[in-house]
Amino acid sequence: MAVPRFWREIPNRYNLIGTKCGNCNTVFFPPRSVCPKCRRMGKLEPYKLRGRGKIVSYCTVHVPADGFEDAVPYVLAIVELEEGPRITAQITDCNPDSVKIGDEVEVTFRQIREESQDGLIYYGYKFKPVSNPPSEG
Amino acid sequence: MREVAIVGVGLTKFGELWETSLRQLIVEAGLRALEDCGVDGKEIDAMYVGNMSAGQFVRQEHISSLIADHAGLVPIPCTRVEAACASGGVALRQAFIAVASGIHDIVVAGGVEKMTDTLTGQTTGALATAADQEWEAYIGSTFPALYALMARRHMHEYGTTEEQMAEVAVKNHHNACLNPYAQYRREITVEDVLNSPPVTLPLKLLDCSPITDGGACVILAPADRAREFTDTPIIIKGTGQASDALSLHDRSTLTSLRAAVHAADEAYKMAGIGPKDIDLAEVHDCFTIAEIMAIEDLGFCKKGEGGKITEEGETALDGRIPINTSGGLKGKGHPVGATGIAQTVEIVTQLRGEAGKRQVSGAEIGLAHNIGGSGGTCVVHIFQRGD
Ligand SMILES: [Zn+2]
Repeated sequence: MAVPRFWREIPNRYNLIGTKCGNCNTVFFPPRSVCPKCRRMGKLEPYKLRGRGKIVSYCTVHVPADGFEDAVPYVLAIVELEEGPRITAQITDCNPDSVKIGDEVEVTFRQIREESQDGLIYYGYKFKPVSNPPSEG
Repeated sequence: MREVAIVGVGLTKFGELWETSLRQLIVEAGLRALEDCGVDGKEIDAMYVGNMSAGQFVRQEHISSLIADHAGLVPIPCTRVEAACASGGVALRQAFIAVASGIHDIVVAGGVEKMTDTLTGQTTGALATAADQEWEAYIGSTFPALYALMARRHMHEYGTTEEQMAEVAVKNHHNACLNPYAQYRREITVEDVLNSPPVTLPLKLLDCSPITDGGACVILAPADRAREFTDTPIIIKGTGQASDALSLHDRSTLTSLRAAVHAADEAYKMAGIGPKDIDLAEVHDCFTIAEIMAIEDLGFCKKGEGGKITEEGETALDGRIPINTSGGLKGKGHPVGATGIAQTVEIVTQLRGEAGKRQVSGAEIGLAHNIGGSGGTCVVHIFQRGD
């Protein structure tokens, strides 16, 4: 992919910045330019998400997309963030067999895929299981 | 608005057709459709062709001109229509609108995809461009992955099983054995599906439709002229099309395609009938879970019972509501841009009573359900015998 296409999404991908509508308070990620509920009445501003949520669904990829060959098998999930929006992301630092719907996860920034022929290294968000609070005793 | 009939149909063989090019596929399907109804090239007013991605699959864009040229139809207008895997169904709808409006009389609706001129990895990569490139594909998503996410959620909410999904593939392979145009004419078992290599779990290789070359065409005419061309005109009684978010994560549910529900509502309303009136349907089984969601979205069973009625044989050739008598995308093959037209060819063949060993007896009304991508577009058509 050409450098500008990659570069332009960096703030959103690296910092999990979406948009929030000042009219109806709905939070969007990925960012949108128009609020589908308020349309011309909407007022969208950048909004940083906390990066915590729950797994709504997941799957285990054995036949990868181009550039993901070394990651196989990898877990892909739809995560519902605390602020409302849903996001598609890889689940990392987990045993693929123990992932469940409803699991709590938090964001982590990682390399997303292998270096491409154009020399770009793709970084972005993945999610990992929320580390368990230390148990008492 | 005028009533519109389908008077002719034509298909190529579906499969890995190493010796046949894109232009040959669509011309062959068109010639068969014209032969089928005795329409002369001079009588054709316009053409709409569904094609997802000749640009990626054979590095050829502007195929509208190419097709009009090679079909010998210059200078009639030819329009290429793109809506990912729903391109064919949307082309049919555009052709319908052209005839119903009175702008054109005799119109060809076609679909074509040449998918085996690229290597398999490139072909699946090209298909993945029907998903959101920035927020789905970027992080390693593929098409099987998107449907696997729907499947896992459907299993979670409704108790749908991998065995029930496998039953879809088993049934569709059985039907394909009875269809001379189909890519896979061999029976498979539930065990074969469950033991096939993992693609994206819970989906295995035999849960997925194949990569296919193929072309399909139908000829539309105003219903009051249909008898000039055929004794068994098939009337397009209803059409519906709807959109949804491109990305799966932006949809209100993972276990139903809302675009399919909206498109079906519109088509049923226009036809003045409901799901109970449908005798058979071709639905978009790009993955086995997609057929289960389709029969629920179309109202053939309650939400969540698609797996159960499949397992109980209600969707088999001799069942209550036969689904994918052609073999579906799974057994017949899935040349993406041609699929919506090929579904129409199957319904017309059935309603004419010409489906041979896979004929559904007494079929009067049929439905075709065609999905683009993971559900961002859906188009539904309802057809009825015109006599
Ligand atoms: Zn708003």
